[in-house]
Amino acid sequence: MVDRIANIWGNRTPFEREGLWPVRVDQKLADGLTDADVDRWVQSACVLCSNGCGCDIAVKDGRMVGVRGRAADIVNHGRLGPKGLFASWQGVDNRDRLTRPLIRVDGELVETDWDTAMTRIVERSRALLDERGPLTHGFYTSGQLFLEEYYALGIVGKAGVGTPHMDGNTRLCTATAAAAMKESFGSDGQPGSYVDIDECDAIFLFGHNMAETQTVLWMRVLDRIAGPDRPLVVCVDPRETEVARHADVHLAVRPGTNLALMNGLVRELFEHGWIDEEYVREHTLGVDELKATVEQWTPEAVAEVCGIDPNDVRRAARIFGTSERVLSTVLQGFYQSHQATASACQVNNLHLLTGKLGRRGAGILQMNGQPTAQNTRECGADGDLPGFRNWENQDHVAELARLWKVHVDQIPHWAPPTHAMQIFRYAEQGSIELLWISATNPAVSMPQSPRIRRILAKEELFVVVQDLYLTETARLADVVLPAAGWGEKQGTYTNVNRTVHLSDKAIEPPGEARSDLDIFLDYARRMDFRNDEGQPLIDWSGPEDGFRAWQECSRGRPCDYTGLSYERLRGGSGIPWPCNDEHPDGTVRLYRDGQFPTEPDYCESYGHDLLTGASVPPQEYRAMRPDGRAFLKAAEHVPPHEEPSDDYPLRYTTGRTAYHFHTRTKTGRARQLNAAAPSAWLEMSTADAERLGIREGDVVSVRSPRGEIVVPARVGNVIEGTVFAPFHYGYWERDAVGPGEEPTAANELTLTEWDPVSKQPVFKIAAVRVQRVRDGNGPAPAPTTTASRPADADAVAPTRGVDAEVLELVGAAEPPRVATKEEHG
Amino acid sequence: MMLPVYLGLLDGAEAALAASFRRIAEGHGDEPDVFHICHTLAKQCDAHRERFVSVIERYGRGEDDAPDRLHAEEITETRSGAVGLLRDLQDLYVLTKMVDATWVVVKQAALGLRDEELLVIVDECERQTNLQGEWIMTRIKQAAPQALLVAR
Repeated sequence: MVDRIANIWGNRTPFEREGLWPVRVDQKLADGLTDADVDRWVQSACVLCSNGCGCDIAVKDGRMVGVRGRAADIVNHGRLGPKGLFASWQGVDNRDRLTRPLIRVDGELVETDWDTAMTRIVERSRALLDERGPLTHGFYTSGQLFLEEYYALGIVGKAGVGTPHMDGNTRLCTATAAAAMKESFGSDGQPGSYVDIDECDAIFLFGHNMAETQTVLWMRVLDRIAGPDRPLVVCVDPRETEVARHADVHLAVRPGTNLALMNGLVRELFEHGWIDEEYVREHTLGVDELKATVEQWTPEAVAEVCGIDPNDVRRAARIFGTSERVLSTVLQGFYQSHQATASACQVNNLHLLTGKLGRRGAGILQMNGQPTAQNTRECGADGDLPGFRNWENQDHVAELARLWKVHVDQIPHWAPPTHAMQIFRYAEQGSIELLWISATNPAVSMPQSPRIRRILAKEELFVVVQDLYLTETARLADVVLPAAGWGEKQGTYTNVNRTVHLSDKAIEPPGEARSDLDIFLDYARRMDFRNDEGQPLIDWSGPEDGFRAWQECSRGRPCDYTGLSYERLRGGSGIPWPCNDEHPDGTVRLYRDGQFPTEPDYCESYGHDLLTGASVPPQEYRAMRPDGRAFLKAAEHVPPHEEPSDDYPLRYTTGRTAYHFHTRTKTGRARQLNAAAPSAWLEMSTADAERLGIREGDVVSVRSPRGEIVVPARVGNVIEGTVFAPFHYGYWERDAVGPGEEPTAANELTLTEWDPVSKQPVFKIAAVRVQRVRDGNGPAPAPTTTASRPADADAVAPTRGVDAEVLELVGAAEPPRVATKEEHG
Repeated sequence: MMLPVYLGLLDGAEAALAASFRRIAEGHGDEPDVFHICHTLAKQCDAHRERFVSVIERYGRGEDDAPDRLHAEEITETRSGAVGLLRDLQDLYVLTKMVDATWVVVKQAALGLRDEELLVIVDECERQTNLQGEWIMTRIKQAAPQALLVAR
């Protein structure tokens, strides 16, 4: 048994390059239970990060009592991370769950029945549509629902209501991944595979604290590092993360300078001739402009702006340029900064310039932040058209119209879909009057939370929230709908590297809770949305029918699901799309032949100017004749808009800890995880702490122009001049919407700004001042096992688990092989 | 030679455009993308003028007395609300097109002069001015339905 709070990544199972990652089955059951007590195991995949680990849910007496990794799954080879082990089941099977609908009566939320709650929604919705039209409606969903639910929501919103105001909280986590792939390759679609970890010579992690955000993927890296021919590791992160501790080169750049670094790395490739001239000539466009853009970024210029050693820039570039197989991964350090898309595109450019793409160990993982974010993007629930269709391409819109049997103009396609921040702006201005929020908690998770709370509380705004719990956001709703959670409903979802998993229903939802799919379909029925033939707009009623409908929608598109079925997904491993007649076993890597989906008639987007987000006009795009070549896009580095000043002298950045997900609605209800990181803190460097007279655990006030948090300080390992706050800590335990006297939510301080291309908000850059308030009660509640460990290890007792013993069975089975013939001979 | 007159016109137009971007940014500060991108583009206009200094040194900066309806009118006031934003952006769009056309005129002269140095400047600046217009049009398209159909 292993304490998986103290030892987040568990025991090592080293392996060599091109070897198969050994199986290690991780299992956690409720206290006192053994395998013999389990009535049945039900197949699923974990939804507590974007990795997508295959797992089985233990069921006893109609309740979820534990979980184990699936040995046969190509994603995790049996492993699970602490969040999955402890929170996947305890975070759902919990007495705090909402079990009946709530409606607001005389200012208070009171219990009611479904018919009353839905009638209230439908009456308001119908009245608004009749009086003022579809632009009054906004839908803000999640990266947590299932594929079939997003597809239903996409049809309801686009063809039923007919509003362009649809987005997901994926805007906060993964929008830049999608945008960067559209800009570089013409369409969304992850080029690489997790198998590339097994086969690479070097791995670059760009703003990606994989050790905490995707713990199981990091286990795979750790097992390569522990093996006989470890890959070189390069880490870009302002904190000394676990990744940084294993790195051969750690580029601890100042927040807000990613693009300067990237331009410098690209420049080094040109300077040293590490360019695959033939690949660039045959498969790319724009090399001259790229070269001109990066020209000024010598290692010294980069070092000056980023606050790093110029020789580290040279060393990192040399590793990229001279390693035969390089894998890059990118996440929030890039995505949630300004110039996000431009920075992420430069990662794509490193690979395109060197031809290190679409072959063993050479690839890109533009990561996602959430387990089903890929489906939000694919199914049109984030505003994009389903199946990676191009809203500017009339033929693509017409295809959808035919599929849904509606007039083409019913589907909004006159302008880019409205992104989340703009949806909230319209709600603020009063032109959106009905906002339907599913499975997300914007009152805590969106930037500048005082403003978001103010918008949600507006009298004139009718807010519908469907969720498992009475979140801070739900407390501001006019109607709250109790949703069924993971294990209580059936459906599919797709992870970072396109692997599709089926999750079967293990138990009944509590009380009157219903699946999100049933709720959306019920709304469509009650609204009597019909197609042009007079039939109900959605003619399916269950998840498996919904999956079939989606398969038709995906046919011929990059995310082709037509070769999959619930039956094929049951019993073995998840399968990566595209899976169709041409790729019956799925597809491990995209772009093996250097052909990209950039043909004007096929591409998902005609692209944008990376500096401003200006759309490239269709005729200009055609004139470039991309014809399957990728774009080498670039932008000049500009400083962030909020830099330290006399009043606010420190840089402020936010992020996750390994033990929590989102606003802790699930992880905060798993006692092992809650005990490991029970409440908020602020991390700062030793030098800044000394200067401000702050000791470990002292309570500090952190102020930005937008607000304040008051939390204990962890004197830790973030770079000097920058402080870090975890974003998990809102106010639901206090039964409150907002902070009162004790503000702790990191987004009290963040600013309302977004990347001009991906529209992803800037969570990583703000300016703050920090002042000591009072002595604390001992050390800060930050874990010692993660990037938040103290600078002085002796000052804080190490983080240990409570009831956190987990069974790890090494070598329980032969390692699974990725599903297609292209790998492992 | 009338080129110096046009150089003066262009320099003045870029100055007016920069000031107008800044005015629109401040007038619509509640729209964060408008605020930040307008400031970025104002700096672009400043940079265009800096690059132009050497050209004006070589050719001079002329004025002429002919009635001139071509000078670029700086935006000095902004409107409020969703429709106000739309109309302000449209004013700004017209101004960028005026600047863009002036770059084209100067480019034609530079071609006639075979002035390679000027041509490099014109090509880069004209491309950016064109993109400024594309961004404004992108934002106008986004804002128009909401502003005209449902804005309060």
